Amino acid sequence: MSAPEIGSDKILQLMREHAEQIMTAVPWARALGFEMISIDKGRALAKVGWREDLVGDPESQVIHGGVITSLLDNLCGVAVSAALKTPQSTATLDIRIDYMRPAEKGRDIIAEAECYHVTRTVAFVRAWAYHENRDKVIATAAGSFALNDISRWASGNIAVESARQQGEE
Amino acid sequence: MSRALSLQGFLDRAPIARFLGMKCDIKGDEMTAILPFQDKFIGNFAVGALHGGCMGMFLEMTAMAQVFLSTELERPPKTIDLTIDYLRTGKATDLYARATIQKMGRRIASVRAEAWQSNRDKPVSALQAHFLVAQDPRTP
Repeated sequence: MSAPEIGSDKILQLMREHAEQIMTAVPWARALGFEMISIDKGRALAKVGWREDLVGDPESQVIHGGVITSLLDNLCGVAVSAALKTPQSTATLDIRIDYMRPAEKGRDIIAEAECYHVTRTVAFVRAWAYHENRDKVIATAAGSFALNDISRWASGNIAVESARQQGEE
Repeated sequence: MSRALSLQGFLDRAPIARFLGMKCDIKGDEMTAILPFQDKFIGNFAVGALHGGCMGMFLEMTAMAQVFLSTELERPPKTIDLTIDYLRTGKATDLYARATIQKMGRRIASVRAEAWQSNRDKPVSALQAHFLVAQDPRTP
């Protein structure tokens, strides 16, 4: 049995209420220091600060691409959840990242994700990583996410789990 | 110095490799990367699954290490693009990976890497990537 429809406005409201925990409840996101900035319908913004222990190349002191991959993947999942009408769990099917230019030493990296299409089984997302704005991107991403029945597969997203509980009450 | 030794030296110096706790078992030009499990790798706490980004980082580093091993580069190759397919749930246990260089061009290398846990024939995730291998160019 799939979860009842509770509406995208309600899910969005719950996600905003739990915005901080959406990242901090995920051990890998917490380990890398991801911080949520804002959540809108099908959209999400977050950032990661420069940290010495995340450097990929000791000579250039640039943060490893895997940190950006992790941020974009995680944020795309949040954007998908923020586009849902029904509490569902999301799992990345695939994600493609294109690196335009290296991130600069010592600067925060901002990421922005937009879920632009949702079907019954899949959601499609694109995302950007940059220091200042989308005119000068560090990396772009395109991903697809499988949507799964939350009663069979817990989502791991605090707001979506909360929406599921409210739908059952 | 052999390529295996310089790769090991790089992994010992690179902060992110230490952050991950990634190890490489190198036999000649063959390498298996090992990621001993840590609690911080979890992405979905409700089902205890590895974070996709963590597996992606490990796969990218495995592919870079294999390129480094197969070239005379002094610095790690730069990633141009990569696609990660998530095939199965990564469980809260050690992860292994191997990378194959499909084409080593003059400037660009095309690499595939697969990560597995209990059974190599059942990969958990796979990466397809392009790396810049030309010496010291500023941009791709």
